[in-house]
Amino acid sequence: MRRVRRRDPARTPAALAGAEPGPGFEFTFDGHPVRALPGQSIAAALWAASVLSWRTTRVGSRPRGAFCGIGSCFECLAMVNGRPNLRACLLPARPGDAVTTQEGNGHAV
Amino acid sequence: MPSDHGDVAVVGAGPAGLAAAVTAADAGLDVLLVDAADAPGGQYYRAPAPGLGAIRPEALHHGWSTFTALTARLARHRDAGRLRHLTGHQVWAATRTGDDRVLHALTGPDGREGVTLRARRLVLATGAVERQLPFPGWTLPGVVGAAGAQAMLKSGLVLPGRRVVVAGSGPLLQAVALTLARAGAQVPALVEAAGYRAYGRAPLILAANPDRLAEGARHRAGLARFGVRMLTHRAVTAVHGTQRVEGVTVSRLDRAWRPVPGTGRRIDCDALAVGHGLVPQLDLALGLGCATRTDADGSAVLRLDEDLRTTVPGVWAAGETGGIGGVRLALAEGESAALSVIADARGGRAPARVAALRRHRRRMRGFAALMGAVHRPGPGWPEWLAPDTEVCRCEEVTAGAIRTAVDELGAGDSRTAKLLTRAGMGWCQGRTCGFAVRTLAGPAADTPPDRRPLACPVPLSTLARAVRSEDA
Amino acid sequence: MFTRQPLDVVVVGAGVVGAACAYYATRSGLSVAVVDGGPVAGGTTGAGEGNLLVSDKPPGPELDLALLSASLWRELSEVLPRAVEYEQKGGLVVAADGASLATLTATAAGQSASGVRTTAVAPDELPDLEPHLAPGLTGGVLYPEDAQVQPALAAAHLIRAARDAGASPHLGEPVTAVLTGPTGAVRGVRTPAGDLLAPAVVNATGVGGGEFAALAGVELPVLPRRGFVLVTEPLPPLIRHKVYAAEYVADVSSASAALQTSPVVEGTPAGPVLIGASRERVGFDRTLSVPVISRLADAAAALFPVLGSARVMRAYHGFRPYLPDHLPAIGPDRRVSGLFHACGHEGAGIGLAPATAALVTAAIRGEQPPLDAEPFRPDRFGAGTGQQPRQHPARPTRQEPR
Repeated sequence: MRRVRRRDPARTPAALAGAEPGPGFEFTFDGHPVRALPGQSIAAALWAASVLSWRTTRVGSRPRGAFCGIGSCFECLAMVNGRPNLRACLLPARPGDAVTTQEGNGHAV
Repeated sequence: MPSDHGDVAVVGAGPAGLAAAVTAADAGLDVLLVDAADAPGGQYYRAPAPGLGAIRPEALHHGWSTFTALTARLARHRDAGRLRHLTGHQVWAATRTGDDRVLHALTGPDGREGVTLRARRLVLATGAVERQLPFPGWTLPGVVGAAGAQAMLKSGLVLPGRRVVVAGSGPLLQAVALTLARAGAQVPALVEAAGYRAYGRAPLILAANPDRLAEGARHRAGLARFGVRMLTHRAVTAVHGTQRVEGVTVSRLDRAWRPVPGTGRRIDCDALAVGHGLVPQLDLALGLGCATRTDADGSAVLRLDEDLRTTVPGVWAAGETGGIGGVRLALAEGESAALSVIADARGGRAPARVAALRRHRRRMRGFAALMGAVHRPGPGWPEWLAPDTEVCRCEEVTAGAIRTAVDELGAGDSRTAKLLTRAGMGWCQGRTCGFAVRTLAGPAADTPPDRRPLACPVPLSTLARAVRSEDA
Repeated sequence: MFTRQPLDVVVVGAGVVGAACAYYATRSGLSVAVVDGGPVAGGTTGAGEGNLLVSDKPPGPELDLALLSASLWRELSEVLPRAVEYEQKGGLVVAADGASLATLTATAAGQSASGVRTTAVAPDELPDLEPHLAPGLTGGVLYPEDAQVQPALAAAHLIRAARDAGASPHLGEPVTAVLTGPTGAVRGVRTPAGDLLAPAVVNATGVGGGEFAALAGVELPVLPRRGFVLVTEPLPPLIRHKVYAAEYVADVSSASAALQTSPVVEGTPAGPVLIGASRERVGFDRTLSVPVISRLADAAAALFPVLGSARVMRAYHGFRPYLPDHLPAIGPDRRVSGLFHACGHEGAGIGLAPATAALVTAAIRGEQPPLDAEPFRPDRFGAGTGQQPRQHPARPTRQEPR
């Protein structure tokens, strides 16, 4: 009989790494509050909040989010505090940041 | 105190760059270690941000003690003033001026500040990015790079979903699946396009690399413990869901990686982590004029001699830039490159260590070539593309558009395919779709690798000031 | 080795000039093959910005050729698919000081006398034409005939149209020899895939024009003149015309080997802004020159401050095929019967392609050319004995410029 370990609710990335993070904080995504832990990138905090897309494409207006996770693919471009085309997977979240879904090239026409 | 002008500049603080930098500093050279990240380690030893207070970072890594030993040496050399570790410096170009190798980098809080660094010698340890093959549905949110999922987990302690299928090809997938499972994700299946049996056809190479055999066995045991099903000779050929991933279809592949009709089976999941091995980041090396060769896995890699010299004088390279080979090889090559740099700077006889490292490297390169050949994408993989499958994610260029450019408009190589379709012309400059576009553009085996004279986007105003800093 | 059925013309080179030659020759009823060792637009065409300009040419034979070409491009834009991105957006040349404006005004007067449409633009009218131009410019001239095209797509669609009309493309087949008969007249070319026989062979090999001429036994002193182009991130439409500084015209016609940069800025339908133009004779040096691209960025930001915050995604270079007197070589080579040239257009090959093709086609057919082709005579540089000093093209001749 194969021993199968089902998903254990206590088993989390933080538990695995023994994380004892400093106090969390909030930023907003499209106006909604999102919790972040100190040092987390904007993309990581959004993933933790089950948000997987924060950009729509220039041609097909399709949703996109983090893909390569290391700043190479530019899929995770976000609008942060009014500045477009920032890589959310590299940019640390800061308290009070206003992240909004970036549309198209991110620049006002 | 080392200034902006060093005996040697090392680009990249991953395993190869760290090993090179500390070895060079051991010998008393003035070392500049230049890296885009805020902390050393590169992608392999990527660690949670300090604010996350991880007291067991080693749980996310194998061989963590090797890394902590390196960072301890790094700190000693930094404190002694023999080495400058420039964190948060993204190098956008490397050039030659007279006897100097010149690095142009972006830094500052918003990456808009330009910096020029000089050294007599340069070691490129710029690592690799994940190789991706497109497939129908791969642009849906919830489909992420396998290495990307691992990087987000290591640095941010997050998962892309609760139930994550891992797919693609190469030994990295096993490590990713295991880490995701240990971090609490349910991993219903690991989908490998090749098979592992092909390794058995090279028993001598396996026998010479027992550590890799042990690693494979450890991974498989771990995956079995977490109930991860291993599906070989299969690939994800469809992704289900409209706004985000709800499931994937996995199909059997024939020997050429063509999907076998009628073999598709659905697996429910809320995320897919996918990748087909790694490709070296060669932008800086190509900008300097370093020659390349095609490696066993089909990717362009730097042409290096036994002492890790590139074909450009004064420029060495170590680690994945010379062919994907893993962390132990990167550590050995970083050290070898530094020993060669030291000999170049100081003269004198090569230490006995050099011969041992060369043997070590040959043995590990043998395994890397085997690994590359086993997992090299089969020629039939484009058959899993639908005409409307996006190949270039940035510019939203479909497989159909690329095929039209090739069949109707005379695009016989990837450069022309790009010019005629804009594939590879977007923000990532073809880093994600380059391998796929090259395959679709045709069989031209001698096509030179994609050149990106700017290794990352540079603000125009910063670029405008670069000439003034050059004169200074 | 087999021999394919005889043709009227073999065009060597699948850049925009070769593509136009194939198209016009085919349309005139000739049986045409176009052959290239690489793909379509594999050379300088693929590195071009797609400028179709009359504004940068002082009065003279090249301007006459450009005016003819501008009208032919307008015709072609009706025939070719919209994908070639033809746009008659107009060129705006601006001056930063009084002296520069005086030179520009004088040039424009001469061009106007040659048939170019020009409109003087007062400083206070500049913002209406280009809202993001830097303040403080002394004036400009608008050239409504200037246009832009996506050069690689233009070449590809010209070849496709030629093919649909009966021409046969042979891409990926390098020419290894020019075949001649007992009288020394050209009778075709050899490729690894076989011989292509025709009584007329057109040298449309761009920056390889000198090398190809040597295969045919004659000298043509085509030299490479390197240029860099910067490409920004996709931006909303900020720049409406092709905008450049008055100094550009002087740089284009300069014979100096030294580095020259003058800003040339334009938007593209896909969003990125293209920034040129540098000129330097450094052989086929393919390494990045940071000083050159830095100067381009500096000059572009001076012209359009709004671009300062944009990010440059890409830089690339191309080699303009350059002849010592800045005129292309077009027409029959009197030294070798059956050999025709259509190369050496420097940075104007995209713009001059259709008129060049019209001249070459007329010459092959023995018809009256649409304009006097004498100034473009390919054998004007000497009798093939090498009067012109020749740079070895394969060797970089200069270190990074300071």
